[in-house]
Amino acid sequence: MSTRALLLLRRHSVLPGFDLSLGFALLYLCFVVLIPLSAVFLKTFTVSWSTFVATVTSPRVVASYRLTFGMSILAALVNGVFGLLVAWVLVRYRFAGKRVVDALVDLPFALPTAVAGIALTTLYASNGWIGKWLPFKVAYTPLGVFVALTFIGLPFVVRTVQPVLEDLQRELEEAAATLGASRLQTFAYVIFPALMPALLTGFALAFARALGEYGSVIFIAGNMPMVSEITSLLIITKLEQYDYTGATAIAVVMLMAAFALLLLINLLQAWARRRQGR
Amino acid sequence: MSAVIDSGKRLAVADAPAGTRPVAPPRASDAVSEPAWVRRTLIGLALAFLTLFLFVPLVSVFVQALAKGVDVYWAALVEADAVSALKLTLVAAGVSVPLNLVFGVAAAWAIAKFDFRGKSLLLTLIDLPFSVSPVIAGLIYMLVFGLQGWCGEWLRDHDLKIVFAVPGIVLATVFVTFPFIARELIPLMQAQGQEQEEAARVLGASGWQILWRVTLPNVRWALLYGVILCNARAMGEFGAVSVVSGHIRGQTNTLPLHIEILYNDYQFAAAFAVASLLAGLALVTLVLKYIVERRAHAPLDLEKPE
Repeated sequence: MSTRALLLLRRHSVLPGFDLSLGFALLYLCFVVLIPLSAVFLKTFTVSWSTFVATVTSPRVVASYRLTFGMSILAALVNGVFGLLVAWVLVRYRFAGKRVVDALVDLPFALPTAVAGIALTTLYASNGWIGKWLPFKVAYTPLGVFVALTFIGLPFVVRTVQPVLEDLQRELEEAAATLGASRLQTFAYVIFPALMPALLTGFALAFARALGEYGSVIFIAGNMPMVSEITSLLIITKLEQYDYTGATAIAVVMLMAAFALLLLINLLQAWARRRQGR
Repeated sequence: MSAVIDSGKRLAVADAPAGTRPVAPPRASDAVSEPAWVRRTLIGLALAFLTLFLFVPLVSVFVQALAKGVDVYWAALVEADAVSALKLTLVAAGVSVPLNLVFGVAAAWAIAKFDFRGKSLLLTLIDLPFSVSPVIAGLIYMLVFGLQGWCGEWLRDHDLKIVFAVPGIVLATVFVTFPFIARELIPLMQAQGQEQEEAARVLGASGWQILWRVTLPNVRWALLYGVILCNARAMGEFGAVSVVSGHIRGQTNTLPLHIEILYNDYQFAAAFAVASLLAGLALVTLVLKYIVERRAHAPLDLEKPE
């Protein structure tokens, strides 16, 4: 950017409508997002630091963090492995029904979480289609939380890795083969490093989505305090008891985690773009 | 490429048509693909995972919905509370989609056609609702409009209801669907640049004429896809709406909330019947996405979304 562009608010353009479009966009952003969101932080400032700390570190809340973060990481890891596999299969191989499979990968984006929640609960209950074959209980245990979070995070890794894999130059793999690398070595040393930024971005996106998830989890979790109660549900429980400050304090902790992840994701994407030389 | 032969590996050279350039393999050679058994295993594993986590849940929604027969299915859909939930869902989507559409076009116009300071900050702020948990999205409207909130007493004195009423549900829906259309339009309009608009301007077109005749036709598929996504999310939103709704049957229940009530009442067939409506909507969304993507790729590379 030139010094002149830095000094001026905007570069000179012959196109009209800058003031109107930006003005409307900013006004709408403020009223719909920024002002309501600031309410969370302003509300937090009305409580003392010690009350805040006591609320967000009480045993029941800490147990909910452990469950939410633990299961989110676990689900994102499983999605990392299988997402990479699905992306690989969709890009590299041909098989019957591939287009349908490709389109259906986005289902968790499109299916309302409540629908996913009741469907998964019915399937993984001890008398359900899948649950009755399993030697252990899934629904109404922390494992149920894991199943729901895996479902909703499924498309992220596939959809971040897929385009990178499509753009990957086959010449690199041919060169590796030429130099005597086995297929596995080529994958480990040539393909995988190239996919790494996208894979990490997808992992972080799936993790971030899982942290805030509510609808699909509450049906399958059983929601026992200290055992299978996620943090989002705890916020709602506090709200129903008219404990607005308590709910807000927990929400601030979750928002901070979400914003930290957002920052991380932006850094990862910048890294991925540099890697791809764009 | 002569080095390919020297690698000593079994290569596709043998498959190459005799005579013409025997060295360069005409298709992906064995050296850059996997043995058939590896391919089959990987495809099998991927499909097994998707079956377990995607296909079976989807199919089960429709099977469970019809488990007690078509009569029960139909009765669940035409029952008064279900109809009022459907109406409220349509209202919430009908308000939030047009609002976010206007915002999306305005934001994309400002961001893609002009340079200004703070643009990347603005982009981050537009994405913000994506990283806010739905429950927290509901909570913030409770803090602003709830009885203990900023406007709570004023609203009560003027006999206005926002939370535990329809306006709250609409507001929460607008919040969670806020970025969808803007996110589809901005990268595409940035990639398209502003030459066409500038040409139209030089030829004497007004701003609105440029928008209607040049810009919007250029982005029509991305716009349509954004609207579809926004609508799907608006109709299916659960967490945020659940917080502000107050769960008044027949008044402040949307379809997802109605499903929850039926399910918790052990009316599973009815819950899945209503759920099958939303699952059908999700399938329509996926089909439209597929069509839109094909259309967007087909005519010109210009229209390739991101």
